[in-house]
Amino acid sequence: MNVILAAVIPVVIIGLICAVVLVTASKLMAVKEDERLPKVRECLPGANCGACGFAGCDGYAKALVENETTPTNLCVPGADAVSHQLSDILGKEFEDVVEQVAVVHCSGDCENTEDNVDYYGIETCSAAKLLFGGKGKCVFGCVGFGDCKNVCPNDAIVIKNGIAQVCRADCVGCGLCVKTCPNKLISLVPDTKNYAVLCSNKDKGAVTRKVCKKGCIGCRKCEKVCPAQAIKVIDNVAVIDYEKCTNCGACVENCTTQGIGIIK
Amino acid sequence: MIKLIIILLSAVFINNYILSRFLGICPFLGVSKKLDSATGMSLAVIFVMMIATAVTWPIQMFLLNPNNLGYLQTIVFILVIAALVQLVEIVLKRYVPALHKSLGVYLPLITTNCAILGVTILNIDEGYTFAESMVNSLGSGLGFMLAMIMFSGVRSKLEGADIPKSFKGLPITLVAASITSLSFMGFGGVIENMFA
Repeated sequence: MNVILAAVIPVVIIGLICAVVLVTASKLMAVKEDERLPKVRECLPGANCGACGFAGCDGYAKALVENETTPTNLCVPGADAVSHQLSDILGKEFEDVVEQVAVVHCSGDCENTEDNVDYYGIETCSAAKLLFGGKGKCVFGCVGFGDCKNVCPNDAIVIKNGIAQVCRADCVGCGLCVKTCPNKLISLVPDTKNYAVLCSNKDKGAVTRKVCKKGCIGCRKCEKVCPAQAIKVIDNVAVIDYEKCTNCGACVENCTTQGIGIIK
Repeated sequence: MIKLIIILLSAVFINNYILSRFLGICPFLGVSKKLDSATGMSLAVIFVMMIATAVTWPIQMFLLNPNNLGYLQTIVFILVIAALVQLVEIVLKRYVPALHKSLGVYLPLITTNCAILGVTILNIDEGYTFAESMVNSLGSGLGFMLAMIMFSGVRSKLEGADIPKSFKGLPITLVAASITSLSFMGFGGVIENMFA
C-alpha cells in the first residue's frame, strides 16, 4: 500500500502544481479576442480562396474586426449575402459586391490553331511552358493541360477542344485560376459585362494571323467603333476597359477576326 | 570543454535523433514538405528540448532520485513537459506575439513528441551533468534541424520528379528518408577520433 501511495502522491502533487500554474497563467496572461471575430469568421464561406486579398478567410475576418476601414464587400464567392451579414455584425453600411467572373482570353482551340510540337513531358501547363513556351504554335495561347481546372474550387473550368473554358454559372470569381495560368490568359471581368477580347497574342497582326485563325491582329477597328471609347489596342492586342464598357456589342459585330467575342 | 564539444557534435551528426535514433519521425515526415515550415518546426523543437531538459534534469536529480522514485521518470517527465510547453505558449502569446506567430502552430504539435521525451530521458541515462545535458539537448535540436532542412530539399526534388504511381506520396518519402539516414552512418566514429 505504501509503495503505491509513494508513487501516486508525488505525481498528483506535480500534476496539481502544473494545473494551478497553467490556470493562473491563462487567466493572468489571457489575450483578449474580439467577440465579433468568431461570428465574422462564421459568415465567411471558408473557401480560403484569397479573392479578398487577405490570407484566407481567417485573415479577412481578422482584418475586418481589427480595422474599421476594411470594406465588407470583398468576399466574392460569398457575394451579397455574406456582405449583408458582415455589415450587420460590424454595424456598417451594406455595400454591394461586384461579382466577377473569370474569362480565358484565348480562342485557340483545335480548329483555330494547331500544335507546334509533339509534347511528351509532364502534363501541366507550367511544365510545358518551360519548353519552347508551350506546345502550341501560339506561345501566348492556352496550353490546355488544365492547371486552372485543377485549382478551381468549384469545378467551373473545363478543357474543351484543347483550351480552357469557364462556365459562367459556376464561376464564383475567386481568381485562383488567374494566379495559376502560366500565360496570364485569365482575368476577372465584372459579371454584368457580356463581351471580352478572346486573344492575348502580342505579336504583330501578320504573325498572329499565321498561328491562329481567331487571333486579335490589332487592326484598331474596335477602337474606332466603340461609342464609349472603352477599347484600346495595347501591344497589338485589344483591351477593354470595363469601367467604360456599356455592353453595346458594337465591337463584336465589327471585329475582323472574331478576336472579340461574347463571354459564354 | 572538449567533452562538451564532442557531445554537441555527436548529438548533431552521429546520434542524430531522426536519422540514427529514429525518434521524432512523425514531424520529420509530416512537416518537411516546405522549407519554411521545416525551419519553424525545427526551431520550436530546439526551443522545447532546451527548456524541457532545463526542467526535467533538476526534477530527476533533486526529486526523483533522492526519494527512490526513478521508475516514475516517464510519467512525470511527460506531465511536466506538456504543462511547460502550454505555459510557454501562453507566455509567448502574451508577451512575444511575433515569436508566437512563427512558432505557435508547432509548439502544441511537439509537446508529447518522442524526440523531446527521448532527449530528456537519455540525458539522465547517460549520466550527464546539467551543462552536458543542456549541450546535448542543443545538439539534438540542431541535428533535428539539419535533418529536417536537408530532407525538405530532398522532398522538393521529389515533388517535381516523375515517380511510378505505386510509389507516389508516402512510399517514396520513406525510401528517400532511409537513404538519407544511410548517408549519416558515414559519420560513425569520426567525431571521437577527431579529438583523439
